[in-house]
Amino acid sequence: MWLKDSSIGRKFVMSLTGLALVLFLLFHGCMNLAVVFSEDAYNMICHLLGANWYALIGTLGLAFLVLVHFSYALILTIQNRAARGNDRYAVTGKKDGVEWESENMLVLGAIVIGFLVLHLYNFWFKMQFAEISGLETGAFDPQNGAAYVKALFTTPVSGQIYCVLYLIWLCALWFHLNHGVWSALHTLGWNNLIWMKRIKVIGCVVATLAVLPFAVVVLYYLGVGIGMLC
Amino acid sequence: MDQYIDIKVRVWRQAGPKAQGYFETYELKHIFQGASFLEMIDILNEQLISEHKDPIAFDHDCREGICGMCSMYVNGHPHGPDSAITTCQLHMRKFHDGETITVEPWRSRAFPVIKDLMVDRQAYDKIMQAGGFVSVNTGGVPDANAIAIPKPVADEAMDAASCIGCGACAAACKNGSAMLFVSAKVSQLALLPQGKVEAARRAKAMVAKMDELGFGNCTNTGACDAECPKSVSLANIARLNREFLCAKFSD
Repeated sequence: MWLKDSSIGRKFVMSLTGLALVLFLLFHGCMNLAVVFSEDAYNMICHLLGANWYALIGTLGLAFLVLVHFSYALILTIQNRAARGNDRYAVTGKKDGVEWESENMLVLGAIVIGFLVLHLYNFWFKMQFAEISGLETGAFDPQNGAAYVKALFTTPVSGQIYCVLYLIWLCALWFHLNHGVWSALHTLGWNNLIWMKRIKVIGCVVATLAVLPFAVVVLYYLGVGIGMLC
Repeated sequence: MDQYIDIKVRVWRQAGPKAQGYFETYELKHIFQGASFLEMIDILNEQLISEHKDPIAFDHDCREGICGMCSMYVNGHPHGPDSAITTCQLHMRKFHDGETITVEPWRSRAFPVIKDLMVDRQAYDKIMQAGGFVSVNTGGVPDANAIAIPKPVADEAMDAASCIGCGACAAACKNGSAMLFVSAKVSQLALLPQGKVEAARRAKAMVAKMDELGFGNCTNTGACDAECPKSVSLANIARLNREFLCAKFSD
């Protein structure tokens, strides 16, 4: 099967799963932004997505995408290290135009996944999982998303620590996407001499759009939390 | 103005493909900055021979930047710390008095060291043999101008064709990927009407051979593009991806 045996095939899988995850992030971010404007609106979205069949299928789909993207990343990195050979260069010069993030995609991805586990525990475990299992895993009603968001980010001291942790996570995600988006389009063949600069700008814009809504929510509650402290 | 400088050269010495390599530092005095880097290595070798030591083995041929034989990793850069040149076009004026210059061979699993700075780059020849050509019938030679080709297309094909197959791309790549080389070779033919006929078969065959020979997977970091002595563009890699994916989907 060329999708796993060919180098371009493997990169094709990385690109498609990556882009699909970016689309999910854009969707997720837009939903989150609602909480800043109206907690009722946000809870309505939580209710719509909750443990409905389409949300469950979506969740399984996402888990599959993350699994494929991450396992392919590991395989590619192992193969690439082997291709480099055992002898490393004694001196490595800085190469013009090489983005720092492009050389550290696996590390950035690992940071993103690490925080993702924390995030799933903070929200998914207390909301969708609570609904499916019927267990009381959190302090509030599983569909009262706004209460969970507020509790996590505004509880004195721990809330502010969470805000900073989430912001670090979002930074890693931004760097990952700043290379990932244009690289995915490039791998799909959608690039040429004229579009090279444009596609990098598009990548940067998409990365920012995907991360900004999350950052706005966190910064908003950081402000609310600090306001409560004063 | 070019001056005479004293330098130290830290060179990778390796007796053979299986031998354990090591760095050895040599002192060189009174080197003219107008000399080319390879001339400096020649002077060093003469010094080694006069001391009854084994001279440094290194690849070189035309010494005018077109054959792609010279292959040294100088101070952390393939073809040295200058852009868009081969090692033979590098001059000692890029270095200063008292500097220690580190010279290493290409390091990549697909380019095993033969001796010292000499590596086996037959992998690139094997990729070319897999499909880097246009099949033609023998017989009368058709008129070169019989097929009209737009100037921008001809230029882009020519730029891709400027690849000399030196191996700097795979040597510079953190993934040991040969994608810039393969994409240049696929592009120079895929862009032109004569090459389009076999484009799908060529892309599949060359990529399959590249993977088989142990080159890595491209992650579009662009180190190849930055270090290429002929400034072959990363955009060629997008074309190779396109050619390959289209070929696979039309199977």
